[in-house]
Amino acid sequence: MTPNLVYVVIIGVLFAAGVSLVLERSLTRVLMGMILLGNGVNLLILLGGAAGTPPIVGLGPQDAMADPLPQIMILTAIVITLGMTAFLLALAYRSWALSGHDEVQDDDEDRRIMRLAERDEGSGIEDTEEPTR
Amino acid sequence: MTFLVPLPVVMPLLGAALTLMMAGRPRAQRTVSLTVLTATLLVSAALLHLSTTEGPLVVAVGGWVAPLGIVLVADQLAALMLVVSSAVTVCVLVYSIGQGMADGDEEAPLSVYHPAYLVLTAGVTNAFLAGDLFNLYVGFEILLVASYVLLTLGGTGNRIRAGATYVVVSLLSSVVFLTAIGLIYAATGTLNLAHLVERLDALPAGLKLILQAMLLLAFGIKAAVFPLSSWLPDSYPTAPAPVTAVFAGLLTKVGVYAIIRTETLLFPGGRASVVLLVCALLTMVVGILGAVAQQDIKRLLSFTLVSHIGYLLFGVGLATQLGLSSAIFYVVHHITIQTTLFLVTGLIEKRGGSTALDRLGGLGKLSPLLAVLFLVPALNLAGIPPFSGFIGKVGLIQAGVAHGGILAGALVAGGVLTSLLTLYAIARVWNLAFWRAPHPSMPKTEPGGTLLPPLMVGPTLALVVLGVGLSVVAGPLFAVGDQSATDLMERAGYVTAVFGGGTR
Repeated sequence: MTPNLVYVVIIGVLFAAGVSLVLERSLTRVLMGMILLGNGVNLLILLGGAAGTPPIVGLGPQDAMADPLPQIMILTAIVITLGMTAFLLALAYRSWALSGHDEVQDDDEDRRIMRLAERDEGSGIEDTEEPTR
Repeated sequence: MTFLVPLPVVMPLLGAALTLMMAGRPRAQRTVSLTVLTATLLVSAALLHLSTTEGPLVVAVGGWVAPLGIVLVADQLAALMLVVSSAVTVCVLVYSIGQGMADGDEEAPLSVYHPAYLVLTAGVTNAFLAGDLFNLYVGFEILLVASYVLLTLGGTGNRIRAGATYVVVSLLSSVVFLTAIGLIYAATGTLNLAHLVERLDALPAGLKLILQAMLLLAFGIKAAVFPLSSWLPDSYPTAPAPVTAVFAGLLTKVGVYAIIRTETLLFPGGRASVVLLVCALLTMVVGILGAVAQQDIKRLLSFTLVSHIGYLLFGVGLATQLGLSSAIFYVVHHITIQTTLFLVTGLIEKRGGSTALDRLGGLGKLSPLLAVLFLVPALNLAGIPPFSGFIGKVGLIQAGVAHGGILAGALVAGGVLTSLLTLYAIARVWNLAFWRAPHPSMPKTEPGGTLLPPLMVGPTLALVVLGVGLSVVAGPLFAVGDQSATDLMERAGYVTAVFGGGTR
C-alpha cells in the first residue's frame, strides 16, 4: 500500500505546528499544540489502514472493505484527547486565576539549589548542631 | 479460572463508579474502596498462584479470539506485578484514610480522591494485563488521567505549577506512544503482542529499529529514564504524601514493565542494549547526584527514585536471563521500598511539621518509632545486607559481571557507586532530621499523647515489614523472577497461550 501524499504532508504540517506550539511557555498555546499533535497522530493512524467501502458484511465485496480497526482506535484517541483538552483548559484557567497568567513556572526549590551551585556553596545545614531557620 | 483475569481491572472501575455516586459520604466511600482493593489483592494472589502452576491465563474480552479481539494475559510476570501493586495500593489507601481522618479533611474536594484512586489502580492493572499495544495505551491513559487529578488535588498554586509540567510531559509521551502504535499497525496490520511476535520478525531491520526506538522513547518518559526524567522530581513532591507514595511505587514501574515486555517479546536480541545500558548508567549516577544536593526529603526521595530506575534498566539492558530475573526481583523490592519511604516522609511531615531538612531535627528522640520506620526501609534502599535491596543489587552485579565487557563493567561500578551515594544521602537525612537537636518550630506533643495517627502508622509498618519480608522470601521470589525471565526470553509460551494452547 502506498501512502497518500496529501495525507503525509498534512500530518507533517500538523506535527510541526504542534511541536512548535508545545515548546511555548503559555499553557493555552501548549494546549493548542497538543490538539494539533493529537489530530496529526489520528491522521497517521488512519493512514495505516486500507481505505474502501464501509466495513459491513453485505454492503460490498469483502476485499474492497475499509479497515475498521484504525477508525476505532482514532475514536478512542479522540475521546481521550477531548478529556485531556478539557483538563488542560481547566488547569490553564486555574493557573490564570491564581497567578494572573497561564505560563509554565519555574520550580523555586530547583532555582534555590541552582543558585547555591553557582556560588559553589553547600547548604550549610550540615555544619550546625541546631536546625538553622 | 480465567474469569479471574479481568477482575483486577473491572472491580476498581466499578468501585470508582460507586464511590463517585457516594460523593459527600466519606464513610461509605472508604468502605467501598477498601473492599474493592482488598478483593483485587486476593484475586491477584490467586492469579499469581494459577499462572505459576498452570501457565499464562488468557481471556479474549468480548469473546473474539486472539488476533481479532482484545486479549488480557496474566502470565507470571504480570501476576507478580499485580500482587505487589495491589498490596501497595491497599496499604496506601489505609494510610490516606488515616491521614484524612487525622487532618479532619472530610469536605467536598476529597470526595474525588477515592474514585480517582480506584481509577488509577484500574489503569495500572490494565497496563499489566494488556495483551495488545492499544490496550496498553488505554491502560496508560487511564492511570495518567487519574494521576493528573490526584496530583492537582485541591488546585493550590504549587500543585497547579507542578501539575502543568507533569500533564504536558505525560501528554507528550502519550503522543509518541500513539504515533508508534500507528506506525506499528501500518507496518504489520496488528497490535496484538503475540501476533506481533511473528509479524515483526518479517520487517526490515531498520524499520524495526525505528519502531523499537519510538516505543522506548515513550516508555522512557513514563519510567523517568535520564535524560527524560527531569519532570519527576519537579512534580511528585508537591502532591499529598499518600499520592506521591503510590505514584513513586507504581507509575514509573508501569513504564519499566512496558519496557521489559516489549524488549523481550517484540524486540528480542538486545539491539537496543547499548543505548539502554548507557541510559541506565546515566540514570543511576545523575539521579543520585541530584539526591545528594537536595534539602527536602520528598525531593531527595524523588531523585533516588529516578536513580534506582537505572538499576532496573541495567537488568533489562543486559538482555540475559540473570539480568532479567534480577531486574524483576528489583522491581518488586523497589515498588515496596520507595512507597514505604514516601509514606514515612508523610509521617515525618506530620510529626515534624515540615519535610525540609533545615527545619527538622531530633526526631530520633522525639519519636523512636518513626526513626525505626525510616531507618529500616532507608537501609534497605541503600542495599545493606540482609535486606532485599542488597540481594537485588548483588543479582544485578552478578549478571553484569557474567555478561562481561567494558560497558557492563562500567555499570557494575556505577551500581556500586550509586548504592554508596544512596547510603550517603540517606545518612544525611538521618543525621539532620533524626540526630540533631529539635527545631523550635516543630510541633510539641502533650505528655502521653502522640502526633502519629495509628491508621497512618499501621500501613507504613505493614509495608516496612513487607520490605523486610522480601529478604525472607527472597529464594522463592527469585525463583518466580527466574521463571518469568525464562518465559520472557522463550516467547513461545506466551504466544501459544494467547493463540489457544494455554489454560482457558
